[in-house]
Amino acid sequence: MALVLSEDQQLLKDAARNFCQQRSPLNVLRELRDSKDETGFDAAIWKQMLELGWAGMAVPETYGGFQFGYGGLGVVLEETGRTLTSSPLISTVLICATAVNELGSDQQKASLLPAIVGGELLMSLALDEHSLHNPSHIETTASRTSDGFELNGSKTFVLDGHVAKKFIVVARSSGDRDSKEGISLFLVDSGSTGVTVARTRMVDSRNAAKISLDKVTVTEAAVLGDLDKGFVGLDRVLDIARIGLAAEMLGSIREVFERILEYLKQREQFGVLIGSFQGLQHRAANMYTEIELCKSVVRAALSALDDSEKSGQGIAELASIAKAKLSEVFMLVSNEGIQMHGGIGMTDEFDIGFFLKRARVAQQFLGDASFHRDRYASLKNF
Amino acid sequence: MSSQQDFRAATRQWLESNCPESMRTPMVQDEIVWGGRNPSFKNPDSKLWLERMADRGWTCPTWPTEYGGGGLSKDESVVLRQELARINARPALTSFGIGMLGPALLEYGSHAHKLEHIPKIVRGEIRWCQGYSEPGSGSDLASLSTKAELQGENYIVNGSKVWTSYADKADWIFCLVRTDFDVPKHSGISFILFDMASEGISTKPIQLISGSSPFCETFFLDVKVPTANLVGRLNEGWTIAKRLLQHERTMISSFGLASGQSDRGGTTSTVASVEGAAMHYRGDKDSLSDPVLRDEIAQFKIDSEAFAYTSQRSIEESRQGQGPNATSSMLKNYGCELNKRRYELLLKAIGSQGLGWEGEGFADDELLVTREWLRSKGNSIEGGTSEVQLNVIAKRVLGLPDILSISKK
Repeated sequence: MALVLSEDQQLLKDAARNFCQQRSPLNVLRELRDSKDETGFDAAIWKQMLELGWAGMAVPETYGGFQFGYGGLGVVLEETGRTLTSSPLISTVLICATAVNELGSDQQKASLLPAIVGGELLMSLALDEHSLHNPSHIETTASRTSDGFELNGSKTFVLDGHVAKKFIVVARSSGDRDSKEGISLFLVDSGSTGVTVARTRMVDSRNAAKISLDKVTVTEAAVLGDLDKGFVGLDRVLDIARIGLAAEMLGSIREVFERILEYLKQREQFGVLIGSFQGLQHRAANMYTEIELCKSVVRAALSALDDSEKSGQGIAELASIAKAKLSEVFMLVSNEGIQMHGGIGMTDEFDIGFFLKRARVAQQFLGDASFHRDRYASLKNF
Repeated sequence: MSSQQDFRAATRQWLESNCPESMRTPMVQDEIVWGGRNPSFKNPDSKLWLERMADRGWTCPTWPTEYGGGGLSKDESVVLRQELARINARPALTSFGIGMLGPALLEYGSHAHKLEHIPKIVRGEIRWCQGYSEPGSGSDLASLSTKAELQGENYIVNGSKVWTSYADKADWIFCLVRTDFDVPKHSGISFILFDMASEGISTKPIQLISGSSPFCETFFLDVKVPTANLVGRLNEGWTIAKRLLQHERTMISSFGLASGQSDRGGTTSTVASVEGAAMHYRGDKDSLSDPVLRDEIAQFKIDSEAFAYTSQRSIEESRQGQGPNATSSMLKNYGCELNKRRYELLLKAIGSQGLGWEGEGFADDELLVTREWLRSKGNSIEGGTSEVQLNVIAKRVLGLPDILSISKK
């Protein structure tokens, strides 16, 4: 398992970093927020990201991708995390392209993946039904009709749901409310009759949506993966997404920490630099150590995703380790980011607050630290 | 086949025919081989194993062959370590000479020093102890006051050291002494070596909160040390001292304290893993019934795994020459804090059966947990306190302004 970046990954990371710092600095997000932008991301920047091939990073060449692996997508996400770049990279690329690639039929892959890589198609996973992540708790129903299924239910926290053209809807085709059996995934056009989409503006200035499905009909061909047995595949997709999200969180965490360090070396009080106070130094040294642990976990998890011999159980453990650890450390570092900047850290004019806001949304998405500790303990049989 | 594969094949073959069967079982505390003038080999195979490994210099695989070392490249030594681990081979020799003095001597010693001492370290013929801490100089090690005064061809050493591990069993000591009292404290320290059989040396074992221990107090009364035993230049011993501390931290990590293993390992007992113990003492079958403890243990294990990946990454990075130098401080600090957490969790897991002191009513491994829990409190003190490690990180890695600059003298 490689815990150090390969030369190619390092080059990609440097390029991604340059791009994000120059074309998509944090101010872009601030302007999107202040102008109450309709889409919630900058279309011109997204177009450039597509041109750089970011949407096809982990997609096979057969379907128009670049086969750079999750290690490649991971370093890109880490850099977009530094500048808090808002784009469909997570909703469409990390989650939905992965779902289609992992679970789709050849036909589904051929029709959807090239469109995602080319930027014509935005997609979103409609999974959560309550304010806490619980992927096997599915009440949305999929009932058999003569030529397909009828979907009924409601979804929340659907990332970029207000701009997605297609949803992957997780629904229950059989079984009890909390059972892992009986879960199926369906491809649903956002314009289908019976689909209502309500945009929700989140605290991190990114967007999600609440979706309701009222007698939405889909054909047999809309089933993504195995009918009734969709949970295992879904869980794998979620694990990949959790690891990718952890990579993005790592970038944000490192950025906050560097900003903190810079401030400690520049701000004077009582006639000395505040960075000379041991009360702050030890907190900084502890954060540094926690961040080093985060780096190792993210590298280990990403390289496991690109290792064909790694078992699903191994991936699941790493995904929960990564999401639990990164969630905790992002909370620590973003809180310290405010505290160590003092009064100016509380002002909207100063950027550090954006990271605090992003931290909480990223923590909640796809399971917070306690969700993943519980999951890890179960995976480890205790 | 690459030369590395050749090396692996040859190593595997050699180990197959040379590592005695009983050396392929988990190490038992009283069979650890420390070497020395009067070595004790409780298991005769240990002696054979040491001799065979030492003949190839493989007790110190990367040290130069000129001084009896194995002369292996870093990559080859990794292969050797992997092959040793593959057959669960015990360490042939454990010593402070290998882990601490040797690397420092190779870096700072004269050719004559190396010729005299390194081969004996490789072969385990001389057992070393470390004369660093003093009653008045713990974290502020550089304030030490054991003095060495020049008298003809000798230094006369007077003072005392504390926390000298195995001073009562060691043959030689590497020792920090003050050779100049009139300069800033870091500039008047020298690094000398001397024979523990010299006249004027006495030792006294220290009883810890966990019971008996290898630690001693060591007293020097007009001890004569030839001036030739000075390593490096007079009054420049602090540089060597600091370097050696880095090796010590790395050694502490390699002892398994900071390995990130969340289990105590090497045992099938009910207290081998925290979660196993917690379930066993609660009579749980499928999952741990106490949700709070379960969460705490999960957090501990996740941190342990993250830490193990970090140790592994630091090895990969040091091979590529890109690791930060103060990594040893980070690993030492976190690893030791983790170990303390492990024992606190074990106590919670076991309940009152983990609180026995001695005698009837407790299994041996339960009594051991009590003692190990108490002993673990020292992990974040010995080899530099956690607070000192955090100071090192803040200063050397993060480049924060030096808090000690105001109290330099």
